[in-house]
This record gives sequence, structure tokens and C-alpha cells, in this order.
Amino acid sequence: MCLGIPGRIVEIADPERKLAIVEVMGVRRPVNVACILMDEPIDRLIGTWALIHVGFAMSRINEKEAALTLDVLRQLGEAQGEIEAMRASERTLAS
Amino acid sequence: MRYAEEFRDPVAAKGVLAAIARVADQIGASGEKPVHIMEICGGHTHAIFRYGLDKLTPPGIEFIHGPGCPVCVLPMRRIDECVEIAERPGVIMTTFGDAMRVPGQRKSLLQAKADGADIRIVYSPLDALELARRHPEREVVFFGLGFETTTPSTALTILQAAADGLGNFSIFCNHITLPPPIKALLDDPHMVLDGFVGPGHVSMVIGTRPYDFIARDYGKPIVVAGFEPLDLLQSVLMVLEQIRDGRAEVENQYARVVPDDGNPVSIAACAKVYEPRPSFEWRGLGEIDASGLRIRTEYAAFDAEVKFGVGYGKGHRAVAEPEGCRCGEVMTGRIKPPACPQFGKGCTPEMPLGALMVSSEGACAAYYQYGGLRLEETA
Ligand code: SF4
Repeated sequence: MCLGIPGRIVEIADPERKLAIVEVMGVRRPVNVACILMDEPIDRLIGTWALIHVGFAMSRINEKEAALTLDVLRQLGEAQGEIEAMRASERTLAS
Repeated sequence: MRYAEEFRDPVAAKGVLAAIARVADQIGASGEKPVHIMEICGGHTHAIFRYGLDKLTPPGIEFIHGPGCPVCVLPMRRIDECVEIAERPGVIMTTFGDAMRVPGQRKSLLQAKADGADIRIVYSPLDALELARRHPEREVVFFGLGFETTTPSTALTILQAAADGLGNFSIFCNHITLPPPIKALLDDPHMVLDGFVGPGHVSMVIGTRPYDFIARDYGKPIVVAGFEPLDLLQSVLMVLEQIRDGRAEVENQYARVVPDDGNPVSIAACAKVYEPRPSFEWRGLGEIDASGLRIRTEYAAFDAEVKFGVGYGKGHRAVAEPEGCRCGEVMTGRIKPPACPQFGKGCTPEMPLGALMVSSEGACAAYYQYGGLRLEETA
């Protein structure tokens, strides 16, 4: 939860609510991008990387930083935990 | 050697370790007279154990594991209150999975769920909000917890709920802020800290300026650090160099992610939705002034404490920690986890007695998980 996880923004889902679809280790989910949006059209974010904390993009990072952070998170076992948490949430919403 | 495989840049790691040993020598740090460096963030605690950094650094450096795991410092009373709300008819309580096993005085959320309360695990407060949209006939409550890293997420979720006019969604707010407990630790006469490794992701939100008081008023160095093992070693070296040079400054080793002014959107959303509580209780540390946040009256419709009439101001009374638990002493660096008589016996990650055993970021769980491994390796 506190360490977050890098993800790549692949699509804008709801510009008004500032929601984008982010891909994290192959899993896609909606993420709020309000905190990393500067004075620019929201589509500019497509293809960029961000650190995602509990469904919110909190900081832009470059691809190299994203890869290094993912490595550390995998070694700490946190990456798998985040993905599992995303899947659990999907199940919750489906129920 | 393990670190040769796991450090992305073993040559650099060797260089930094050699520099650490040199500076530790210059300041006369030894096994008998160590420098005490606190890593504030639970993520750093986990990384230090995972990579065995406490074993790679010379014996003159002792890591003290700080209070920076929000699950670990949740007091029993707040768990009890959360269970109380969850057991109300019509309520769906949503929470991060980490909080499920934190022991309350009556029961944990996991036990409450087994007893029939509708408690569901979500990854994000956004998912709790979505659940509220899908179940207009139910009251959906989100158990909001965490430091500055997750506080903006619930603030923005409340702003979204307000914009959507959702009447069946609220947050049970347990957000806490990191600078006040650091001040409380520095004011504690038992404390022997010489410097700090500052949290990376909390600082990404609040910036580095909120730590100025540590250097200015207490004369202690603090270096905000990233999560890679090399980041941590470099930060330790920077702390030691400050000590050697007689400096006390706020330095930023993680500038590639942490801007000195923090994240303006997050800071603004939090200021709009939250205000400091007069005080908030921390497990093991007690009540700390202005260390917790509550929802402003403008957004009271989304405040579960107001909606359900529980929480601060309602029969306020401290609840004792579980018997035999020494979490408080571990958290203030007075004892190491194995010195707790419950460690690995009455208290394990599967059946935690104290909160430091619940999350992988807690000092006791980290010792439990990695302690045995490291003993084998050194054997
Ligand atoms: S071993 Fe358990 S009871 Fe003892 S200090 Fe650690 S978490 Fe608390």
C-alpha cells in the first residue's frame, strides 16, 4: 500500500473524473491521474509511466526508474501483493 | 555473496559500503558505541531486512526501525470502532487487505467478517466509491488509513463523491501525518537517535520542507531516500558525512521522485478536505498532538464518525495494549523484537498479537521473516 507500484498509462477512461486506464504488470485498471496532471491535455499522459498508490498516480517517473522500482518491489514481494490486491478488488466489485 | 547478485550495480554498492566504513571510522562509531540511525518508513525497514543492509554495514551503525507503518501504529480502539460501524445493519465496510488482521480489543476485522459483518477488501478507495454507486440501498464505508502517501487518495475520493452527490458513501478517517511522531520521538528522553533516513513516498507528496525542524531545532541530519538498496546505502553515507562534518541538514537523495515542494494537487486536495485533530492515538506511542487528520465540517456528510456517531469525542478512553506486548518499546528503539517474550511464540504473522507483526513493514514481522534466513547464511 505505501510503496505503490509503477504503471503505464494506456488509455483515458473518463476525462472529467480524471480517470485513466493504467497497465501494471499486465493488469489493467482505472487510476485517477489528477495529481500528475499539469497544464496540459489529459491525453498527453498516454504512454507515460507513473507511480501508482492505491489507484492514484502520485508521481511521474521515467521508464528506467519504473523498471528498477518494479525489480525492487518484486524482490520485496510487494509487487505480487499489489497485483493480488487489484484482483481481490475486482472480485469485490463483481460480487 | 548475495548482494553481488541483487544489487543492480554491485561495484557501486561496494564503493558506498567502503565509504560508509571509512566515515564510521572517522567519527569513532563502533559496536560498543554505535551511531543510531532511524529509518522512518516501513518500506525502508522491509528493504533493509530483505537485502541484509544491517549486516552489510559496519557494526558501528545501528538501525532503529521507525513508526512509519500506518497499519502497525493503528490503535486497538480504532479497530474496535471500525468493527462497530461494520456491524451496523446495511453497512458494507471496505478496507485495504493489510488492515484485516490487526487485532482489536474485541476482534479483528477478519473475525468480524467471520461473524457475519459485510466487510470487503478493496485495492483503492475508488473501488469503494464504485461499490457505493452500484449499491445505492447500502451504506458503503471505507476504512481510510495511511500516511501522507495515501491521504490524497481519500481526499480526492471524497471530492469525487461530493461532485457526484453520492449520499451512501463515507470514510472512517484514520489518516496520520509523519512529522508529529518524529517530533515526539525526538522529545522522548530515552531516545538516542543521531540521524534519520527519511521516507521516499511520503515526501513525494509533502516535499522535504516539513522536515526542516529536525535539522534546525534538534540539530539532527535527515536524508530522504529511495527504495533501492543502493539508495538506502547512499543515504546512510550522507547521514554519516553530515555527522562527521558537524552539519545538520535536510538532504534529498531521491530527488528523481521527490520535489522539494511536494505535489501541489495532493497538498491542495488534503487541505480542502482535512484538518488536524487536536491529537490522535498511536499504538505503542500514545496520544500525539496534531498527528491525525479529520474530515472538515464542509464534508461531514462523508465522515463515518459523524454519520454513525462513533469515534473521537464519543466516550473517549484509552484502551490498553494486549498483555505481554512490547510493541511500544520496539517502536522507540528500546528493545529489538526478539527481546519481546511473545516474539515467535504468542505472536506470529499468522496470529499477530501486536501490530508490528501484522504487516511486512512492521519491525517484528521483518525480523520474523528474515531473521532465520540471515542466521543460516552467517552460520
Ligand atoms: S513480537 Fe508481537 S507482541 Fe512482541 S513487540 Fe512484536 S508485535 Fe508486539
